[in-house]
This record gives sequence, C-alpha cells and structure tokens, in this order.
Amino acid sequence: MGTALEIKDLHVEVDKKEILKGLSLKIEHGEMAAIMGPNGAGKSTLASILAGKEGYDVTRGSIEYLGKNLLEMSTEDRASAGVFLAFQYPVEIPGVATSTFVRTALNAQRRSRGEEELDAMEFLKLARQRAKELEMSEDFFQRAVNVGFSGGEKKRAEVFQMSMLSPNLAILDETDSGLDIDALKIVAEGVNKLRDNKLSGIVITHYQRLLDYLQPDTVHILAEGKIIKTGDKSLALKLEEKGYQGITEAN
Amino acid sequence: MAVNTETIDAVEKATKDYKYGFITDIETEFAPKGLSEDIVKFISKKNDEPTWLLAWRLEAYRKWLKMNNEEPKWANIHFPEIDFQDAYYYAAPKTDAEKPKSLDEIDPEILSTYNKLGIPIKEQEMLAGIAGSGNVAVDAVFDSVSVATTFKSKLSELGIIFCPISEAVKEHPDLVKKYLGSVVPQTDNFYAALNSAVYSDGSFVYIPEGVRCPMDLSTYFRINAAETGQFERTLIIADKGSYVSYLEGCTAPMRDENQLHAAVVELVALDDAEIKYSTVQNWYPGDENGKGGIYNFVTKRGACRGVNSKISWTQVETGSAITWKYPSVLLQGDNSVGEFYSVAISNKKQQADTGTKMIHIGKNTKSTIISKGISAGYGQQTYRGLVRMQAGADNATNFSQCDSLLIGKNCGGHTVPYIDSRNPTSQVAHEATTSKISDEQLFYVQQRGLNPEEAVALIVNGFAKEVLKKLPMEFAVEAQKLLGVSLEGSVG
Repeated sequence: MGTALEIKDLHVEVDKKEILKGLSLKIEHGEMAAIMGPNGAGKSTLASILAGKEGYDVTRGSIEYLGKNLLEMSTEDRASAGVFLAFQYPVEIPGVATSTFVRTALNAQRRSRGEEELDAMEFLKLARQRAKELEMSEDFFQRAVNVGFSGGEKKRAEVFQMSMLSPNLAILDETDSGLDIDALKIVAEGVNKLRDNKLSGIVITHYQRLLDYLQPDTVHILAEGKIIKTGDKSLALKLEEKGYQGITEAN
Repeated sequence: MAVNTETIDAVEKATKDYKYGFITDIETEFAPKGLSEDIVKFISKKNDEPTWLLAWRLEAYRKWLKMNNEEPKWANIHFPEIDFQDAYYYAAPKTDAEKPKSLDEIDPEILSTYNKLGIPIKEQEMLAGIAGSGNVAVDAVFDSVSVATTFKSKLSELGIIFCPISEAVKEHPDLVKKYLGSVVPQTDNFYAALNSAVYSDGSFVYIPEGVRCPMDLSTYFRINAAETGQFERTLIIADKGSYVSYLEGCTAPMRDENQLHAAVVELVALDDAEIKYSTVQNWYPGDENGKGGIYNFVTKRGACRGVNSKISWTQVETGSAITWKYPSVLLQGDNSVGEFYSVAISNKKQQADTGTKMIHIGKNTKSTIISKGISAGYGQQTYRGLVRMQAGADNATNFSQCDSLLIGKNCGGHTVPYIDSRNPTSQVAHEATTSKISDEQLFYVQQRGLNPEEAVALIVNGFAKEVLKKLPMEFAVEAQKLLGVSLEGSVG
C-alpha cells in the first residue's frame, strides 16, 4: 500500500481568520476516506487548499503528497501529478466545448509529465469509451463546459472529467449536493467504476446517503478546524443517528 | 468620380515643370519628409500612373488640406497630435544591403512570438524582412513554385483579376476608374482623404459574372507585393452572381517602421454577388509603457449595390497601439445582407475604437453584428456602431450583439451603439454584455492542468468562438493561437 497523502498539523487562515486549526489526516493508496462535518467546519477549505486555490494562508503544518511537498506546487502541477478536485459548484466556460476542454487539459497534463499528447482521434476513442462506461450520452461533448447543465449533469460531467484525467487523488467536494437520489446513485456508481488500488479519494459530504453507495474505507469527522474523530463506515451511521452535537459531546 | 478640367490643367502644368522641381531627384528612391503636391506627384510618377489618377490624387490632397483641422476627435482614443509634415510618405522597398542579414539581427521578442505561433524558419525570414528572403517566399511557404503558378493560371482561366492595384490601373483602367472612390469618397473622412492622395499600392480583385472564386484570395499569395504598405488601397468588385473570399493580413507580427497607417478598402457587390472579407491584424502594439506601436486608421466599406447581394466582414484585431476602424456595409440592393464579426484585443496600453456601420437603404435588407471586445492590462476598448434604417428600408432587420470581456482591474470596455430608424416596419435588436474572467474560472481550468496563460487563452477563445468560426479554417487555427499569445502576461 503506502501513503498517498499525509497532512500534519495544518493551520490555515483566510483573511486573518483561522479556519483549519491543526488538521491531521493520512490516506493510503487505494483508500477512500469520507470527511463529514457541520457547516463552517472547514471542509471546503481543505478541498481548496489541497487543489491549490489562492487566498489561503498556511501558517503552520505540512502536506505531503506522494512524497512531495504539495504546498510548494502550483495548481496545474498538482493536477498533472494526479490531484483532481470535483467541484461543489462546477464553473461555466462559455464557448468551450466539453471535449475541447478535456482534451486541452489532458494534453497539458501529459505534456507536463513528458508523455506523448493524444491526437483528436485517439482522444475521441477514449472519451467515447469513458462516456459509455459512465452511461452518459455523447451529446455533451459538444456542449460548452457546464453551460446550461442541470445540477445532475454538472456532477456527472465532473465524474467524466475525472475518468478522462485518471487521477491518483480525487477530492469530491459535496458532490452529492443538489442531486436527487437517482442522480446521486448514478454519480456514485461512476466513481465506483474508477476505484482501483491506485486511486485514493477524499469524499466530502454532509450526509450519510452518498456513503451508502460509495462505501468509504474510513470516516473522519471534521469540526472546528480539525479531525475530531476517525472510524470506519459505522461512524457515519452513528453520526446520522446522533447528529454532530452528539458525536462532539461524546468526544 | 469627378475630375474637372481645371484639375487636369493644373496637373499638366505641374507635370511640365517636373524637370525643374524636386522630382528630378527621382533616382533617390525616397521622398523627403512631409506632404506637398510635389510628394503626391512623386508617388504617382513612381507608380507610372496615368494623368487622370494623378489628378484624382491631387484633388484628394487639396480636399485633405482643407480638412486639416478636422481630424476626427470623437473616438475614445488618446495620443499625441500627429505632425503630418514629420512623416515619410514614400520610401522604395529596402535594398538587400539595408535589410537584416539573418534572424540573429532580429529582436528576440519578435522571434519568440514567431516560434509560439509555430511559423517555419523560412517564413520567419520573409516576415522579418531578411535580405534575399522575399524572392523565395512563395516556394518556402508552399514547398514548390508550381503551386503559385498553378494558382495564377487557374484564376486567369476563370477571368478573375487579382493583382496589385498599380497594375490594375494600367491594365484595367476602366474598372478602376469606375469604382475607385465610389464607395469611400475622397472626402469621406480625414484619413480616407489622406490615403486617396498618397496611397502606395494595394490589391485589386475583379470576379466576373457568375464566377465562384475557387480559393481564398490572400495578400499573402500575391506575388510582387510581399510588403504591406503604409497607405494601402484595396478595391474588390464582385460582378453579378459571383463569390469571393478574401483574406487580409497575417497572424505573425510584421516589422514596420512607419507608425502611421491609413488604409482604405472598398468592396462592391452587384446583384446576387457575395464578398467575404477576413482580416487578421497584428501590427506592433507598442511596449508596456505604450511606447512605439502602429497607429492604424482604416476606412473599410462595402456597398451591396445589387439585389440579394451579401458582404461579410470578419476581423481579428490584436495589434496596433491605436485602432480606429469601422468596416461598414451600405445595403442598397433589396434583400441584401451585411455582416460584421469582430474580435478585438486591447492589452498593455493599446486603445481600440472599432465597430461597424450598417446603412439599410433597400427593402428587406438584413444585417448582423457580433462584436467581442477583450481588454487586459491597461487596454481600452470601445465598440462604436451605427445601425441606420432609411425611410425606404421596408421590413429591414438588424441584430447586434456586443460583448466585452475584461481581464484584470486596470482595463476598460465601452459600448456605444447608435440606432437611427426612419422606417416603422424595420426592426433593430441590440444585446450587450460585459463580463470578467473570474478567479473561479481560472482556478477551475488550472485545476485541470492548464497554466494561467493557457487558461486565459482557452477562456478567451471560448468567448470569441462565434466570431472565430466565421474565419476560413486555417486562418481560424492561427487566430486562436494568436489570441493566446496576445494576452500573455495579462494574468499572474
């Protein structure tokens, strides 16, 4: 196995306000870790800091990803090294076809890893195969990235991008938000198809129901800027039953 | 075109005096600084022009003199006053001795742009004006001289005339006489008057009745005219039922030491004819502080004279320190169609005031305007457009869409649409948006593996897509790269 990601005593500020207050987390290769927690606990901050978004000050602590100091890498270098963030609110890019976007991204990553770029035909073949696996229609290849997509379509498109870019570390930031139960199932099945012993995942969610489909290996409760409890899937069930209050107090 | 006897007399008198005037210096291959009747005569003589054309130039010059304090001041552009007596109006093409010997002598910044655009070495030499490169340009680009020869003979088989306008004046004087200045009159504006007086050369195209020109015509292909002039004059006539697509310019930045450019382009489409005119303009934009850079004052206008005729302008404007340009269409024939598709970038300290005029005169005429303005750095960009429905333009329709995209905090985008409707059955629709490239968009794209510059290029190309797809295929691919290169350094 081996460690994919190790976060040690991470302190992060936004506009001088401390959001993460000594967060530590370790994820093995192939491990699917769920992070649950109340609003304002710092879940999305964690996702953003891992992906390299600007505007966050790390005041203390470290993040090691595949043996490298993640905090020293640019956003795009992290992406090329296999960090993928499925956005809570996927962003619209008018005029750019989804297939053009994904091909540009995939080839930028391949270039940066010193791999050969895919030509249009090779890319299309791969994209068709992935869309088929995810039971998605190819219509969206030509639609502009996320423009006019329904909530469910946006999340499925994120999973499609993820499957095309085949990351080592996938961070799903509230991928279940705004999805009805059918859409949720489809998205979760999509992610499950991508799971193998190489892909590590961080699933950020409010609710237990996504975890019914995703079956995480570990569950971590994030509250007040740090992981306050770690357990297996039963912890999520307990949380559902007792609420955050109950868990926090029991702690 | 009115050439009165008085003018002709004046010309003849002046012509007689040549040997006493400064014209005796004709062997020196350049005219001294400044503008005078002598300079106009010098240019005309250099082109070996007939008397009527010299008379026409002189007439324009005199009209220009009267307009001398009438430089258009309404555009949203700011620059030091131009001293028109402090400029050169004629210089013979440089001899090989004066040209750079190799690419080693060229500004590394220009070379790096060539490389980013993927321009082959041979072509780079031609663009940079390397000694001896001009003659091999055509075979360097196409690997074989025969391509150009085949091209020429194919066109002449169809009766298509495509040559420098200086040549057309001699070989097809009736056509030139009939149409020159018929769309853009000498006194149309200050810069058009100046161009009429001192234009150096340009392109002439005539497509005969019923002929569909089988290839895109490009200045790039035109032999004997590798150098784009400071005062270009282009005249394109599409006779009844004909079609032509014309490409102007080049994505590669061109070397030019003349700061002032004032071109005139006239298009005439007769019954059922169609002209598609595409431009990529990438003149030197000046440096970060706004030093140097071309001042580009262009008058482009097409007349849809015939019924069911169509004129379509597509432009990608990324260069020049100042762009003042409004490609327009006069919709005279019933059912005629005018289109304007534009992408313009103002980065660094560039200023662009550009747009179009659609003048609906005939019945059931239709126009479409799609303008995409991109401002970055300290760039300022204004869309200025006029849609006029004349009293006789029954059931005429216009649709305009003007979108501005801002990158960064220090740039500006402005939209100034004028609408003038004098016919109650006509319809005018105008939509406008202004947006910014958001940090969210940049982060999203970078998270997928693109660096900040690639991310901006991708977003901008998406923004401009509606216009880019109107360009001929190979031009569109180059233009896409160019948008990215032009915006380098605009984020970060």
